[in-house]
Amino acid sequence: MPRLTINGKEVEVPAGTNLIEAARLAGAEVPHYCYHPGLSVAGQCRLCMVDIEKVPRPQVGCNTLATDGMVVNTETERVKETRRSIMEFHLINHPLDCPVCDQAGECWLQIYYMKHGLYDPRMTDDKVHKPKAVPLGPHVMLDAERCILCSRCVRYCDEITRTGELGIFNRGDHSEIGLFPGTALENKYSGNVIDICPVGALTDRDFRFQVRVWYLDRAKSVCPGCARGCNIEIHTSQRRPHHNRGRRVARIKPRFNAGVNQWWICDAGRYGFPWIDDESRLTTPMMSVSGRSTGTTWDEVVVAAARALRGHRPEEIGVIASPQMANEDLFVLRRLLDHLRVLQRDTRVLPREPGDEDDFLLRADKNPNTRGAELVGLVPVSGGLDARGILAAAVQKRIKLLWVFQHDLLASAWPESEVHAALAGAECVIFQGTNASGTSARAHLVLPSAAYAEYDGTFTSFEGRVQRFRAALPPLGEALPGWEILARVGRALEADDPVFRAERAEHAFNGLAAAVPAFAGLSYRALGDTGLMVRS
Amino acid sequence: MTEKILSRNFDVPDSHTMRVYREHGGYTAWEKAKAMEPAAITEEVKKANLRGLGGAGFPAGMKWSFIPKGSTAPKYLVVNADEGEPGTFKDRYLLERDPHALIEGMLIAARAIDSHLGFVYIRGEYVEPWRVFSGAVREAYEAGLFGKNIQGTGFDFDIVIHRGAGAYICGEETGLLSSLEGKKGWPKIKPPFPAIKGAFGQPTIVNNVETLSCVPHIINRGAEWFAGLGTKTQGGTRLYSLSGHVARPGVVEASCSVTLRQLIYDHCGGIRDGRQLKAVVPGGSSAPILRADEIDVTMDVDGLRNAGSMAGSAGIIVMDESVSIPHALMVVARFYAHESCGQCTPCRESTGWIYKMVHRIVEGKGRKEDLDTILDVAKRGAGTTICAFYDGAVGPYISYIEKFREEFEALITSGVHA
Repeated sequence: MPRLTINGKEVEVPAGTNLIEAARLAGAEVPHYCYHPGLSVAGQCRLCMVDIEKVPRPQVGCNTLATDGMVVNTETERVKETRRSIMEFHLINHPLDCPVCDQAGECWLQIYYMKHGLYDPRMTDDKVHKPKAVPLGPHVMLDAERCILCSRCVRYCDEITRTGELGIFNRGDHSEIGLFPGTALENKYSGNVIDICPVGALTDRDFRFQVRVWYLDRAKSVCPGCARGCNIEIHTSQRRPHHNRGRRVARIKPRFNAGVNQWWICDAGRYGFPWIDDESRLTTPMMSVSGRSTGTTWDEVVVAAARALRGHRPEEIGVIASPQMANEDLFVLRRLLDHLRVLQRDTRVLPREPGDEDDFLLRADKNPNTRGAELVGLVPVSGGLDARGILAAAVQKRIKLLWVFQHDLLASAWPESEVHAALAGAECVIFQGTNASGTSARAHLVLPSAAYAEYDGTFTSFEGRVQRFRAALPPLGEALPGWEILARVGRALEADDPVFRAERAEHAFNGLAAAVPAFAGLSYRALGDTGLMVRS
Repeated sequence: MTEKILSRNFDVPDSHTMRVYREHGGYTAWEKAKAMEPAAITEEVKKANLRGLGGAGFPAGMKWSFIPKGSTAPKYLVVNADEGEPGTFKDRYLLERDPHALIEGMLIAARAIDSHLGFVYIRGEYVEPWRVFSGAVREAYEAGLFGKNIQGTGFDFDIVIHRGAGAYICGEETGLLSSLEGKKGWPKIKPPFPAIKGAFGQPTIVNNVETLSCVPHIINRGAEWFAGLGTKTQGGTRLYSLSGHVARPGVVEASCSVTLRQLIYDHCGGIRDGRQLKAVVPGGSSAPILRADEIDVTMDVDGLRNAGSMAGSAGIIVMDESVSIPHALMVVARFYAHESCGQCTPCRESTGWIYKMVHRIVEGKGRKEDLDTILDVAKRGAGTTICAFYDGAVGPYISYIEKFREEFEALITSGVHA
């Protein structure tokens, strides 16, 4: 482990650490464009120059490894002057697009000009012009004249997705990012190039012109798109509700987690959020009175649900929970079912189309919490019924109360006629979920639950990593977090389990940690931002 | 007049054939080198003070010794025959008129660095040199000088000829390697240097045509003899390409200790049409320009460096009084703007910017602050890039303006060329 001095501060860094990363460890920021810790070193932007004692001129930090006894200074007058020069070179041909550029506000040309540039512009000749608003694929728009040719996107497609769609064409100040003939930037991870583009050259076709980034709020979360559990940030537009076409969720960005997704997410996860603000969201509790479904209050619907549960024997109740639910939701449900002695329970409903999977991030299981459901015990007990068995029992009227969470059973792999018969066969169907579907339309009681973006909770990834997601938004309408709905039902049933008196998701999680050995010792505080593994 | 060494066969009929090459003593150095220890060959080249003659002037023997000792990786010998430096045309003569000298030099170098595969990267526009050299390679294969178990020595060496596609940057050592690998001709970031990780990620030595053509003579006649031909720090003779306003332009062989004045006046008959000398670029377009009163300088690497210029590729561009220096700078600036590979920001952006400023001055639309802006931009970018291309461009930007500032200022003030 080399020990070196950076800006007078001694640090010890792992062997093979470059000077940008070493400086970071010493609390110094070395500005850079082309360097990205997830990609090979290119050394093209020339911005990350630092001074090294006994070396005649500044060196690039990205391609210089820390060595024992090295004395580095990132803030000498010479380094500052070099940065100013490099900033000027980066900007002489850059168009004055900031007022109409989507990157404004999170653009590293703006940030570094203010921090390291602040020179008086001298370029009075005509700028080089290049193509603007060129779609590279379904998600990415290129503005070639805003590009600073850092080659991050090219290296990303070469090294991470290994799809190689992008190249730099032409030469000198006419160099341009572009697609190789006959290709489109449509790999399953194409959106990441937007995140790693430090400027406004690659923008998100979905997000462009929807909302200014300085109006966004951010919350740390976990992607619910598959069992991987990629760490994400949810960016919401709440301060200017008329922007973003009135939708609250503006975009999803990956959040670094070394043990899960590093810097990346797939396009399915990135663009899979419109359901959160969709018109199909369930926003009011509903109760069907003489065949007609009408809106009601939580108090009434909870009492009605409790009455229905109390009105049936345990063996007449079948519960199909969802691996889309948080650990907290599943744990409170488990306690409720234990209280009611209901054994017919499952979470697994086969999708009509099998999910796609690869050797990078995508998992075939498109649920974020299948592992959590297993650990909490929402799986068929031995001799009990699985989800399809529950439906079959409903057709035969052995199951009389069917409680379905989130799934649209009519869109599953199972024959529609069988599902119809089951929903029609049950005396009472309770649906608890976020969005209306064929299944919710056939329910007698509808309990609208909050989307993952609207409450605090945890998911357990297929690898067993328990990770927190945080509320980015208040629940839409009157929707409530799943665990809270279940706790209200528990209280209505006068069950004395303290978990039904949970006031926050954290209380439910603490109950889970105390009750289920796999979660023993875990707490929200310990999980932090990047999660912890369950005990094996 | 110096003894001709590299160009000794240039005027011999059919000098490009193996028969004529052998008649004039060809392949005797290889016979000698076959029996030598590889390390002894490198040692001999070191002692001869052979410097790289492509432009950088790096000691050749030292370069060879950077190949990791005892490495079992394949090692490649790459010949830089991309000769693209404006004003330079000596490798063309060597390829056309003495291709077997290069082949023999390659064999000896390959043995020294334990390489079994050589690449010759020939400038795409050099159709005739490529054709002639390819013929010589065929002859060498037929004579059993290339291939497996050469002449029963157990030494294998094969050769691949690769034609460039017209980019100046592909003459830069690592730009050439990228191009050879089938990629865009972008110089590679160093470290690692090619001797550690070069072509296809393997240890690689890149030498210029002329450098390798010197090697047989060093082996034949000894390092001391070769070193004695030049200066203390640079052995041998070299080929000077003289172009521009001299009476007899062409390739001239002379010692590294020859002066620029001797080359222009003794070897090339002085300035044409009895005009006055105005300026000389002594080492290819990247070398800083010298005024007429600065030509009493020796042409070795150190001599020209001390004079504030560069020996470079020994391409000497002679300009008489009819030349407008601002116009000459515009032509050079256009070349560098056109040929910048675009990889590093300072070079990519400022070569274009400087060309635009010089172009504006030449068009009579210059402003008085332009000259200082050009000088400042050039100095700020110098030394900040991956390869030496931009430093090469900075040579003319700064020297043309600093040495002929009055002419630029007069043009800006009056809009009229001197």
